Amino acid sequence: MRVAGCDVGSLTAKAVILEGTTIISQAVMRALTRPAESAEAVLQQALDQAGLTRGHIAYCMGTGYGKDQIAFADGVTSEIACHARGAWWHAPGTRTVIDIGGQDAKAIRLDGDGRVIRYAYNDKCASGTGRFLEIMAEALEVELEAMGNFGAQAQETLSISNQCVIFAETEVVSLVNEGRAVPDIVAALHRAMANRVAALARGIGIADDVTMTGGVAKNSGVFTALADGLGTVLKALDGIDPQVNGALGAALLAAEAVSKGSPGR
Amino acid sequence: MTLTAGCDVGSLTSKVVIMRQRRIVGASVIKSRVKPGESAEQALQQALADAGADRGDIAACVGTGYGRERIPFVDATRSEIACHGRGARWLLPSARTVIDIGGQDCKAMRIDARGKVEKFLTNDKCASGTGRFLEVMARVLDVDMADLGGFSRVSRTPIRLASTCTVWAQADVIKYLNTGTPVEDIGAGVNAAMAHRVAILVNAVKPRREVVMTGGVAKNAGVVATLEKLLNRRIRNVRKADPQLAGAIGAALLAEDERNGGN
Repeated sequence: MRVAGCDVGSLTAKAVILEGTTIISQAVMRALTRPAESAEAVLQQALDQAGLTRGHIAYCMGTGYGKDQIAFADGVTSEIACHARGAWWHAPGTRTVIDIGGQDAKAIRLDGDGRVIRYAYNDKCASGTGRFLEIMAEALEVELEAMGNFGAQAQETLSISNQCVIFAETEVVSLVNEGRAVPDIVAALHRAMANRVAALARGIGIADDVTMTGGVAKNSGVFTALADGLGTVLKALDGIDPQVNGALGAALLAAEAVSKGSPGR
Repeated sequence: MTLTAGCDVGSLTSKVVIMRQRRIVGASVIKSRVKPGESAEQALQQALADAGADRGDIAACVGTGYGRERIPFVDATRSEIACHGRGARWLLPSARTVIDIGGQDCKAMRIDARGKVEKFLTNDKCASGTGRFLEVMARVLDVDMADLGGFSRVSRTPIRLASTCTVWAQADVIKYLNTGTPVEDIGAGVNAAMAHRVAILVNAVKPRREVVMTGGVAKNAGVVATLEKLLNRRIRNVRKADPQLAGAIGAALLAEDERNGGN
């Protein structure tokens, strides 16, 4: 039996197709203007990769900010449930999930059975979200994907005192004008980002194991800084793009829905 | 000629006011330079020229603003609260609540009849509700900051910005521009969003009459009008001098006190 999970975020759309308990396809794309179109396109991409058609999918679970506009979804569920489920599937010892996406950051606490106990969420302020890094990469004229490597070359410890993205951007420009090295600035930005998210996570109480998901988990600088900031070992998802964790969780919940007898297609 | 000067070095603009017997004889507002010391120097030169005075005529000078520690020529420095409270009372003696929106912060204070600050709140952590918010939006809309206020008067259907965060609001504004929303409707929405954010801070100091607004944003009629509605109080117009000069005026008055050996 094949099921799909579709996570339509504000910046990207993700889809995962599962066959039994094996991921047979995953896709990530930049979101289009309408969530409905993004969903359609990203699912098609995942289907094409697996050489399947819509008819092969027994059940599709939608999630993410555009979940209610996914025409082909058989069910919808919260992002929190999906991220928790995805991380738990990879690392069943997970008690804390930290997910940093393009426009939000979440910290989720799980019990010993993988159930969500509580969570904290920031989507009100761009600080501590992927957008922070995007804006800083632009200001520094560095590729977003290269930020992690840049930070690794840092030699001097700088600090960014402003939490606000707008004010921190000004601070970064001043540091550049002062002749500070870009790797040093990048490393300081990673620490600032990590501190902000660590504060969010501390609000719900951190318990080991801590698993980091979301697109920002691909930035090794933030990953390391967050582990340092929390004073713990961070687990990464292996084998899949951490950005598709929400879609994976949705697909797993789709499989559960089918096994509970929810009507699929 | 015995004069006193007040120098307010802000993040975006620097201001100098020169007074003789507590009356303004010269003033300047310049865009701040990279180094606060240079901003202060340039603003002083310009204000001296405006007053037709020489540096030697200045008996005492007080510095304030975020760059106050780096002004070479001041005799003393004072906090922005002290200067804005004092300056606001000079601008409007009946003022009991002062709202000052600067380029990088927003202050709300309640003062007593003698100008003593009773309650004071500031936001300098988040760009929203500060001059920077309007600056960012004016740049996106490709309009002059000074023209932003007028949009609220002409717009019939202002947009409603969902996010407080400057970054998210900017993305919303770009979306509205891309979908062809008239610029006056977006501008009016920006002014309203600004006022909503400022009102939260002002309400927290429990404003009392009269309410006066200082700082550059006081010149934005759209923000002022929405703020009046939200506070349910009139915001008094300041005509005695440019409201942006409040901090520098307070500093010059404090310099006069200094010269007289205390209040």
